[in-house]
Amino acid sequence: MFLQLIAGPLRQNRMRVALSLLAIALGVSLGYAVQLINRAAVDEFGNAVQTLSGESDLTVRGSRRGFDDAVYPLLATPAEVAVASPMLDIDGRLDGRNDRLRIIGLDVFQAARVQPQIIPEASDRMDTLRGDTIFLSPAAMQWLDTETGDLIGFQVGTDRVEFRIAGVLPGTAAGQRLAVVDIATAQQHFQRIGLINRIELRLRPGASAQSVAQRLQPLLPAGVYVETQQSVSQTAVALTRAYRVNLNVLALVALFTGGLLVFSTQALSIVQRRSQHALLRVLGVTRRGLVWLLVGEAAIVGLAGSLLGLLLGLLGAQLVLDAVGPDLGAGMFRGVSTQLTFEPLAALSFMFLGITAAVCGSVLPALEAARAAPARALKAGDETRMFERLTSFVPGLTLLFVGACTAFAPPVAGLPLPGYVSIALLLLGTIALMPRIAMIVFERVPLPRRSELALGLAQLRAAPGQAMVSLAAIVAAVSLATSMAIMVVSFRTSLENWLEHILPGDMFVRTSGYGETPYLSPDEQARLARVPGVRRIEFLAGQRIRIEAGRPWLTLLARDVDPRDPGRKLSLVSDIVIPQSGQPLPVWISEIVADVYGYRVGDIIDLPLDGRNVAVTVSGIWRDYARMQGAVAMTLESYRELTGSNDVADAQLWLDAKANADDVRRAVREALPEPGVEISEPHELQSQSLAIFDRTFAVTYALEAVAIVIGLAGLSASFSALTLARRREFGMLRHIGFSRAQIMRMLAFEGVLVSALGLAVGLLLGWVMSAVLIVVVNRQSFHWSMDIHMPWSGLGVFAISMLLAATLAAVASARRTMAGGVVRAVREDW
Amino acid sequence: MTHFYQRINQITRVWCACVVLFTGAAPSLSLHAAETAVVYPDVKTGRTLTFPRDHGAHPEYRTEWWYVTGWVESRGVERGFQVTFFRVRTGLQESNESQFAPKQLIFAHAAIADSEHGWLRLDQRVAREGFDLAAASVGETGVEIDGWTLFRDGDGYRARIVASDFVLNLDLAPTQPVLLQGRAGYSRKGPQAGQASYYYSIPQLRVSGSMQIGNESLPVQGEAWLDHEWSSEILPEEAQGWDWVGMNLGDGGALMAFRMRARNGETLWAGGSVRDANGNVQILSPGDITFEPLRQWRSPRTGADYPVAMRVRAGTRVIDLEPLMDDQELDSSFSTGIIYWEGAVRASVNGKPVGRGYLELTGYAGRPRM
Repeated sequence: MFLQLIAGPLRQNRMRVALSLLAIALGVSLGYAVQLINRAAVDEFGNAVQTLSGESDLTVRGSRRGFDDAVYPLLATPAEVAVASPMLDIDGRLDGRNDRLRIIGLDVFQAARVQPQIIPEASDRMDTLRGDTIFLSPAAMQWLDTETGDLIGFQVGTDRVEFRIAGVLPGTAAGQRLAVVDIATAQQHFQRIGLINRIELRLRPGASAQSVAQRLQPLLPAGVYVETQQSVSQTAVALTRAYRVNLNVLALVALFTGGLLVFSTQALSIVQRRSQHALLRVLGVTRRGLVWLLVGEAAIVGLAGSLLGLLLGLLGAQLVLDAVGPDLGAGMFRGVSTQLTFEPLAALSFMFLGITAAVCGSVLPALEAARAAPARALKAGDETRMFERLTSFVPGLTLLFVGACTAFAPPVAGLPLPGYVSIALLLLGTIALMPRIAMIVFERVPLPRRSELALGLAQLRAAPGQAMVSLAAIVAAVSLATSMAIMVVSFRTSLENWLEHILPGDMFVRTSGYGETPYLSPDEQARLARVPGVRRIEFLAGQRIRIEAGRPWLTLLARDVDPRDPGRKLSLVSDIVIPQSGQPLPVWISEIVADVYGYRVGDIIDLPLDGRNVAVTVSGIWRDYARMQGAVAMTLESYRELTGSNDVADAQLWLDAKANADDVRRAVREALPEPGVEISEPHELQSQSLAIFDRTFAVTYALEAVAIVIGLAGLSASFSALTLARRREFGMLRHIGFSRAQIMRMLAFEGVLVSALGLAVGLLLGWVMSAVLIVVVNRQSFHWSMDIHMPWSGLGVFAISMLLAATLAAVASARRTMAGGVVRAVREDW
Repeated sequence: MTHFYQRINQITRVWCACVVLFTGAAPSLSLHAAETAVVYPDVKTGRTLTFPRDHGAHPEYRTEWWYVTGWVESRGVERGFQVTFFRVRTGLQESNESQFAPKQLIFAHAAIADSEHGWLRLDQRVAREGFDLAAASVGETGVEIDGWTLFRDGDGYRARIVASDFVLNLDLAPTQPVLLQGRAGYSRKGPQAGQASYYYSIPQLRVSGSMQIGNESLPVQGEAWLDHEWSSEILPEEAQGWDWVGMNLGDGGALMAFRMRARNGETLWAGGSVRDANGNVQILSPGDITFEPLRQWRSPRTGADYPVAMRVRAGTRVIDLEPLMDDQELDSSFSTGIIYWEGAVRASVNGKPVGRGYLELTGYAGRPRM
């Protein structure tokens, strides 16, 4: 009986129930998938850290290029150090393949005592010491479809360096792509003689890692840090934290909209079944029992949605991992192929969240239904009372005020949580105020002359609470969709402008796309400059350095920047300071560096370069969307002077006006025959970058669509509820001579008014929310700014189609309701 | 515990590769085409060993070792000890300018034979030469690896070993001149002329110093034997292994004998020397030497049978060797690789003690396959 009571109405509103279910499923699947993917990534990252560090207590790392290997004996000899394992950790570009493989150069004798996991297994042990042998992890073997005895090539500069695969690394974790060579081999072939970039230290029993680290740190060159294992792992995991949290918030948004849909569906269903519920009460079901019944219905929807969501989440996560990797296309994890594990705890939590969203959505309508006195409700004509209560101004305004203030709060634990709270409060506050707003607005709309339209407006004026659910649905949907749209478009447009700004040339010759090993030698640079049709050429160099312990590598970028006018090459967002002669040379830091390290324009900071600190002046702050860990730009001239390196990574070419790009491209190919050099024109790079952008924001696009569909569904549901409730009114109108068409026009007009109001408020609220997203949430998450770009035409089209769709939804639901014959409805009123 | 075994396992595997190298026994050592094949100098007759220069390393030769074995007493307890440093020229990456280039490997092992303990206390080190962390000096004895050192200081040697469960701090003072083995230091190891090494010994070194086992530091004294040997090819292809003994005789004399065993157990080659108390040296030819097993001991770990008690005939002398304890197997490996027996032995003639020394038995746990 109970089941039938629940199943019946669910069947009746099949479409809406399905939508609520889907919305909840979406929220759950998104949240769960993010959780799974992230967990997989973190596990793999942890595995990678674990494999490389093995049983070490301390890790010493500096710039990616490396530090003087004379540091190694300094760290190997202190009494507390049991073993020091020196390494050269290189992100190698696979020759003839747009991909990379992590190569560890190690001293097998030392590594055997600290990192047994990366010790090669060779049939001839001498192979571990040779200058031309390499060992691959099983995952790397499988990935590259190679086996022992095969040759494998890497691109170094623009040359190919070949190794013979002499065996496997049996100890590496499943899925981990890794190669091992002898450390001397690595130094020689990757042109880092005298350099290492990592030392693992195992301490003698009883030595405290913390205090040994403090004692060893002063022995190290500038920019090289000794860190405990805990710190190493935390740095690795922190990389994706902001990204992960934002996706989780999106999942919550989906759950929220799902709850909203449950709310409108239940509200409708309760109106439909008002007399049925009253009958139940008369038959002895208590008020509480009725609430349980209605909430139970929603819980079933929530449960079904959650289960579907978990399934979808699992599938989706696998799909994403296979397609773009565990960083969701953001490029943060490399050389890691991930494996999914079903996570029961996360699954339960998201299931709980999904059911909670549904239950919360149903509680209000259920309480309403229970509140009705059964005797009255059994009589027809009572339905309209349900939406008549009007809330006061106070809660809405309070919510808005608190929401606005919260937007200015600093991040919590580095996360933009106050920003999200602010958005939620703004939304709730606006929804709470909607009946009032509706009343004020509809009071001011002049009464149309046509009687049916005037009647519609009068209806809205007299009972604005009736439209509450429709308005809430449309405001929520429109504001969420609008804010996301404005944010994404602002970001996308800012990115486009930024790309144009920093890539001013006509053609780019790049080696920096994959791995750290390719570069252009001075000779190749000269050859490029001589290519016919090239009017001007500029070069970019760089390396990844560390300027603080516990922080990841940032990029030191060297290019032709004019210190007096850096804005021509860099997308400046601050005033500039031009160092006088005798003052430290200028650098320009990206917003990320400014935020994370707290540097300001005019500061003089130490930049560790090749083991010594170079004092530099922070001359400006620029916007950089490319390097998420931050970038410091300096002039190529200073870079060459400071490092003594004349190699570069990329070149920008300006062509003669009459030069043919394809001819130049061919000539460049001839000058640099290596296929690992990518030649591209600005539009290609731009479309590549934007494609990555769109992929990264695919989830957002999907959510926008979902918000809109849910908004429409909610609108339709609440209109249905309203028209249902007003069947006798329509019957009466028919009796006094209104035509069917007139009633439809009246309803359409009401629909237009409500939708227009909802749209207007939603758009406005969306705009405010987008500002919070852009200025607060985005800045605090990723530390980069963007200009607000309003997608006017898009929003216009969106508004018009929403208005149309909403009106249609209103009319359609009205038509459906009236199909039963409203005249008869009057007779119900005995 | 697993990790500990893994680590030991790994070290040993690498170490074994090196042992194979110095025995010259690995057929798969042919260098990969990309490596320039290294030409190791041949060991020839006619070279006059000069000291102290030849106390130092000879890095151009393939293998070299400084092998100290001896007996010490402390509070009435006799123990054997060995401190060995090896140098191997790998022939790899010779043109690589990297300081890490594994052109020379240094490895060492140290062991204490303690009959109360029942088996060898053993530790070992292996590293590539470089960064002053591992080195074999030229011109004078000076080898070190990871803080383990053996060097000649004035006339005497000093050895310092900090192992996982013992510490050795020993002074080794010569009491006799250098004993050139073979023909003035040219020691033939096989039927072919190239199968030879440069080889000299310093018997009757007077040992003093300390031996710390666990937390207990013991003052020790006794006598030791030093071998210094270098070559480019020692073990003939057809050899299964060798037996070697070096004895400090109670009367001040010294006896060394070795034989190369063929796979069928027959003697391929043999050699040795006897120096009497007056310093008269008799160099022995293959026919002067026999090794006759008196007692076999089976290793519970590897199942190998070692003739731990031997009757050795060296010229006119016949001495019986009886180990300090049976289990002196240098069982350093859970994997395949070289496992051998290197043990402290007592010498007697007709049951009468005549001296103490060390016996080395290789090739009994299978000829190493690598």
